[in-house]
Amino acid sequence: MKEISQLNLPENVRFTEDHEWSRKEDGAIRMGIDDYAQDQLGDVVFVELPQVGDTFAKGDAFGSVESVKAVSELFMPVGGEISAINKNLEESPELVNTSPYEEGWMIDVKPDDPGELDALMTSDAYLEMLKGL
Amino acid sequence: MTDTLGTTGLILNEPLLWEKGRKGRCGYSLPRRDVPLSSLDPGLTGSGPDFPDLSEVDLVRHYTRLSTWNFGVDTGTYPLGSCTMKYNPKTNERQAGLPGFAAAHPLLPPELAQGALALMHDLQRYLAEITGMDAVSLQPAAGAHGELAGMLLIYAYHRSKGTQRSKIIIPDTAHGTNPASAALCGYRPVPIQSGAQGVLTAEVVAAVMDEETAGIMVTNPNTLGLFEQNIRQITDIVHAKGGLVYCDGANMNAVMGIVDLKAIGIDVLHLNLHKTFSTPHGGGGPGSGPVCVHKRLEPFLPVPRVIKEGDTYTLSEEFPQSIGKLDTFHGHFGIMVRAYSYILSLGPDGLKKASQLAVLNANYIKEKLKGTFHLTHDRPCMHECVFSDKNQASYGVTTLDMAKRLMDYGFHPPTIYFPLVVPGAIMIEPTETECKEDIDRFIDAMQQIAREAAENPQLLHDAPHKSKVRRLDEVSAARKPCLTG
Amino acid sequence: MRYLPHTPEDIADMLAQVGVESLDALFATIPEDCCCRLGMKLPQALTEWELNDHMDALAARTAVSPDFKVFMGAGSYDHFVPSAARHVLTRSEFVTSYTPYQPEISQGTLQAIYEYQTLASRLMGTEVATASHYDGSTALAEALLMAIRVTRKKRVAVSAAVHPHHRRVVGTYFDPTGLEIVELPYLADGRTDLAALDSLEDLAAVAVQSPNFFGCIEDLQAAADATHTREALLVASFTEPLAFGLLKNPGSLGADIVCGEGQSLGLPRSFGGPGLGMLGSRMKFVRSLPGRLVGRTQDRDGRDGFVLTLATREQHIRREKATSNICTNNSLCALTAAVYMAALGATGFRELAQLNRDKAEYLKSSLAQAGFDTPFSSPTFNEFVVRFPGDFDTVYSRLLDKKIVAGLPLAKYYPELSDCTLLCATETAGKHDLDDLVKEVRS
Repeated sequence: MKEISQLNLPENVRFTEDHEWSRKEDGAIRMGIDDYAQDQLGDVVFVELPQVGDTFAKGDAFGSVESVKAVSELFMPVGGEISAINKNLEESPELVNTSPYEEGWMIDVKPDDPGELDALMTSDAYLEMLKGL
Repeated sequence: MTDTLGTTGLILNEPLLWEKGRKGRCGYSLPRRDVPLSSLDPGLTGSGPDFPDLSEVDLVRHYTRLSTWNFGVDTGTYPLGSCTMKYNPKTNERQAGLPGFAAAHPLLPPELAQGALALMHDLQRYLAEITGMDAVSLQPAAGAHGELAGMLLIYAYHRSKGTQRSKIIIPDTAHGTNPASAALCGYRPVPIQSGAQGVLTAEVVAAVMDEETAGIMVTNPNTLGLFEQNIRQITDIVHAKGGLVYCDGANMNAVMGIVDLKAIGIDVLHLNLHKTFSTPHGGGGPGSGPVCVHKRLEPFLPVPRVIKEGDTYTLSEEFPQSIGKLDTFHGHFGIMVRAYSYILSLGPDGLKKASQLAVLNANYIKEKLKGTFHLTHDRPCMHECVFSDKNQASYGVTTLDMAKRLMDYGFHPPTIYFPLVVPGAIMIEPTETECKEDIDRFIDAMQQIAREAAENPQLLHDAPHKSKVRRLDEVSAARKPCLTG
Repeated sequence: MRYLPHTPEDIADMLAQVGVESLDALFATIPEDCCCRLGMKLPQALTEWELNDHMDALAARTAVSPDFKVFMGAGSYDHFVPSAARHVLTRSEFVTSYTPYQPEISQGTLQAIYEYQTLASRLMGTEVATASHYDGSTALAEALLMAIRVTRKKRVAVSAAVHPHHRRVVGTYFDPTGLEIVELPYLADGRTDLAALDSLEDLAAVAVQSPNFFGCIEDLQAAADATHTREALLVASFTEPLAFGLLKNPGSLGADIVCGEGQSLGLPRSFGGPGLGMLGSRMKFVRSLPGRLVGRTQDRDGRDGFVLTLATREQHIRREKATSNICTNNSLCALTAAVYMAALGATGFRELAQLNRDKAEYLKSSLAQAGFDTPFSSPTFNEFVVRFPGDFDTVYSRLLDKKIVAGLPLAKYYPELSDCTLLCATETAGKHDLDDLVKEVRS
């Protein structure tokens, strides 16, 4: 497992306590799990995603990500309607490990309240949170 | 140790069944046809399943070779914590194979099944006696099935009182079947943590117990191998708010003839006949999970129940509050025969001795290994002890590495990574049927492995070396499942 | 005692190393008020030879062949088991091992169960099959719960011609859940009334057994069509898998989930258990399947091997969100079934299935000639319903006195069929046995 100093925590995304990242992407909010989460989980074997059109509130469980020996639920960083899901993850779940912030993205959300994104942690704040764990 | 148990040797490869055989080969003696052929509507007729055609020799070699790739209790020490891998007496097989048991149809009129019913009736009595409880149902087919029965009994009890509760308290050390069984009954698990001593405290239970809570599921002795010393206060707290106490009896092997489960406040528990009562594990079952109850739960037991009327036995459904049927017939009768034979072979003194020696063996291992491996709770244990890989962490060696290396030494590894509250847990349950020399051999192997961890960690990362296959790619197996051939 | 190897010297030595005075002192952490006050009142230990005598005497008090002729099926069938099959199942490496958590030293069990999954899938006509469940009734309950998870609907329809005990077990599982079970009646020809589906909405699944409890072969294709029109899943169950040696298998007729009892596949009846719960489905539902699954993979040297897989569905990982609470299943029974299917082979399985039907048809036509009618007109496999005219109980009792168990009287299960019995004839019934039965019924 990586040391905290080895983690990739990009500046252009916001983080949640559940180790998920979000950023604006063409009018929607795109999210996935971060480098800490994929490192802790190990080799991802399956990602369970909702359907386009489903709606959830902020904090709702919308899916899950599995390794061989563990399952983690995925929680909505902001509330809204699912506008897209990353279909590549079905064939290639390992993208979550190799490229968690780019090719391993999970869902796009049309946010009910775009302001909810700004309330999430910056990479600095998230790093502090991790150090405290 | 100059000679280890684990060695190399020639074992044979063996292809898959459908890679063998030839169309037209026959491994079966077809019974003689003495009645006319009857035709069936071609619209209903299929072409039959695509099975390989093998000769009897093909069949016997296939399975003989496959068996040589396995490790069983008959092969060597199998200290799988929580599973009680004790020796499986061969006389039990002789008894279960008697035609009067093996060939009996479950729906025979009771007067034609008196032998089977007498056995079930007596086994119920014996299990009640061993646990101290009032009544028993032999119907559940395995421990988890018994847990479901227990949850259904608790559900039925509350319903009979006109209340319906939504939650059940489950300790963080519980076996995964506990919350899974509770969920099948619609109960939401309320987790509680064990204290620093590794046991539950009354305060923690009191803090969450309320009139919305159906009860608590405890395991005693618990999965850390420790006796829940505060159990009586805990059961009092739960009962005071109208709740019931379920006990996971998987660890009964530690306390036969020693602990009275009714006296400690248990309302319902399940037993695992394939653990405590010596019936074989079969590579993953069949087992049997009878439930034993306090008389307040007796009206709700599954039906049919074996009852004695005068000198005869019968199966009765005259229990209007019963939770109903849990399997097609009466449960795993073949397994009951084996457990019954075991109880009669040991007698009361033998059963108590078995528990005492199981606990002796575990404490002996604990004392001998605690200098080498990190012992999570340095206290007297019951029939199993739990270590972790903390002492080996600085070498980059994990519990998994050490377990894999243990196979090269000729032992089945202990249970690993359970209970979840101990990171890197190693749960060792020798059982009473291991003799001192074999336990000493196991201890030596573990100490040797600890030395290897310090001196040559790569050896452990690459283990096992001597088995038929090396470490397997479980990631691809989960990403791209290939489940049939 | 031969299973307790410790000598007094061993015990003394070990106690000293543990630092405790006596065996009793090992239990000092147990409060006094938790302990047994008296000894266990159990019979004193028997020698191996006394046990044999005791068990022989008990076993003799149960009616089995050759002494008795038992013409009953109803979910538990008498089939010949080859000695070779019995023999390989005594290999203690199979019998005394546990769940293959350490695959490197469990390849025997793992390959054998992978082979079972494959043969079971081919038998049922499904794309995947699980490693086993307890029996047919719990497999059906699990199948229906699975359909509910997959469709997210809360109602199932179950045919009244499904084995009564299977239906009762489903009821037990459903009781605390608030899920709804609707019963589909059966028609005069002995098959399920599929028209009863027309008025039902929001169904997760429709469960039909074929051959059904009456032995009648259902129209599973029609059931599949009606079910899929209602956007539900067809759960096709069975109690006699040998039937698929002759009949079209449920998967080929449109069943989404197939489940049933596998006892016929080489397992002794053993007064009802252990049996074998079989379950299979379309591959697209694989992550909703309950129970264990064995998958094929490679080791780090590229050798083929097998492992338990998709374990994140199961209780030890998913806990309260698992697809089932099952842990110990019926692995050795699944192995038994695989050995049996392998021993018979495609050819033997087909021939044996044909022979079973022939025996039952011969009995049916002999009884018909003797004036005993079968109330149901649909074709059957190896069991069928017969009506005894006059006083049913008297006829049945008279036959018991002659050591003939003339089927299963249906009064307890279907009051409208209280003068009927469910008769079964497998390859184990000789023509003379069948002729005797007819003769005795007549007289």
